[in-house]
Amino acid sequence: MSTVPRPHPVVRGLVACLGAGTLLLASPKPALAHLVTTGLGPYYDGIGHLLVTPQDLLPLLGLDLLGGLGGPEVARRILFAVPAAWFLGGLVGVTRTQEVTLPVILSLSVLTVGALLALDRRWGSGAVVGVGVAVALLHGFLNGTAMGAVGLGVGALAGIACTAFVILALAGALGVVHRKGWTRIAIRVAGSWMVATGLFMLGWALR
Amino acid sequence: MLLLLHPAALAAHEGGAAVGFVSGLEHPISGLDHVLAMVAVGLWGAQLGQPAVWVLPVVFPVVMALGGMLGLLGVPLPGVEVGIALSAIVLGAMVLGEVKAPPVVTALVVGIFAIFHGHAHGTELPEGASGVTYSVGFVVATGMLHAAGITIGLIHRWPAGQKALRVAGAAVAISGVAFLVRALTG
Repeated sequence: MSTVPRPHPVVRGLVACLGAGTLLLASPKPALAHLVTTGLGPYYDGIGHLLVTPQDLLPLLGLDLLGGLGGPEVARRILFAVPAAWFLGGLVGVTRTQEVTLPVILSLSVLTVGALLALDRRWGSGAVVGVGVAVALLHGFLNGTAMGAVGLGVGALAGIACTAFVILALAGALGVVHRKGWTRIAIRVAGSWMVATGLFMLGWALR
Repeated sequence: MLLLLHPAALAAHEGGAAVGFVSGLEHPISGLDHVLAMVAVGLWGAQLGQPAVWVLPVVFPVVMALGGMLGLLGVPLPGVEVGIALSAIVLGAMVLGEVKAPPVVTALVVGIFAIFHGHAHGTELPEGASGVTYSVGFVVATGMLHAAGITIGLIHRWPAGQKALRVAGAAVAISGVAFLVRALTG
């Protein structure tokens, strides 16, 4: 009895791919290849939102550096606590259909983080993480209302939280590595600039 | 920096007024009186050494921003232009005389004049929505001017450099007199 040899697994895989590709090409659905109509998707919208929103980026970077100055232990806690809190705040905010803006509170968050960074005291990991979580919940909530108002939903929040995690990982490492000498002073100076920016933002918000 | 220059964050035109990061960056360098005073802060800090070399560039932007906030809110401050002119005279004189003082005193001197600078900027700020990016640009430009002064002040380590700095201080002070005359004569 002769047996037909089975094709090599690679060959079988190629045939499967060709078959699937043919079916897809023959599908009547439109390709929707133009991003003008489809966009990149809510996840990437979330990534973009955080990257082009300075009032969110500033306190995030400040928290990074604050955690880094506290040492690897504090930086690690900030790395996980802040994106999680941001996402949770966003989940609460996304249920609203109207965007909430709190320019005065946002200014105060920038001011507070900048002041903590500039003063550079031994705040303790609990205090630093506590401030980080509070700031993240606030900004997450406001981002969530913004996403909810345009119907972007949880996907966008995930994009924001993941971007926050990456930024925290990179800038937090910077703070940890440059905890001594002139670089620590430079970070404190950056904190004072955040305070100055927060004061201007506050004046603008109250105008 | 590239992100801050992103078109989405610039919002460069709001009802005809230009706001945004680049506008904020340009504002502190829009007046020679502001520029000279801020560079003089850096020069004086470099002459004084630690900790003034970084304390002064911290105090000035923060107190300036406080003055800016008051200006934005319409809180009146009399004699702003005179105060700015005096800042150039006094800070120039400090650099000319290589005046040494405790950090608290130097911070106080710098802080008092920073209020006037900030208030002037605050009242001049254009109407617009993008206060955040404007504020960031503004503060960064101010800090960069201080950094320029500190960098120039590094020549203090050489005797010829010390003389050159004192000459620069004299030039700032004389310019301050000219600004004062202009402010008083309107």
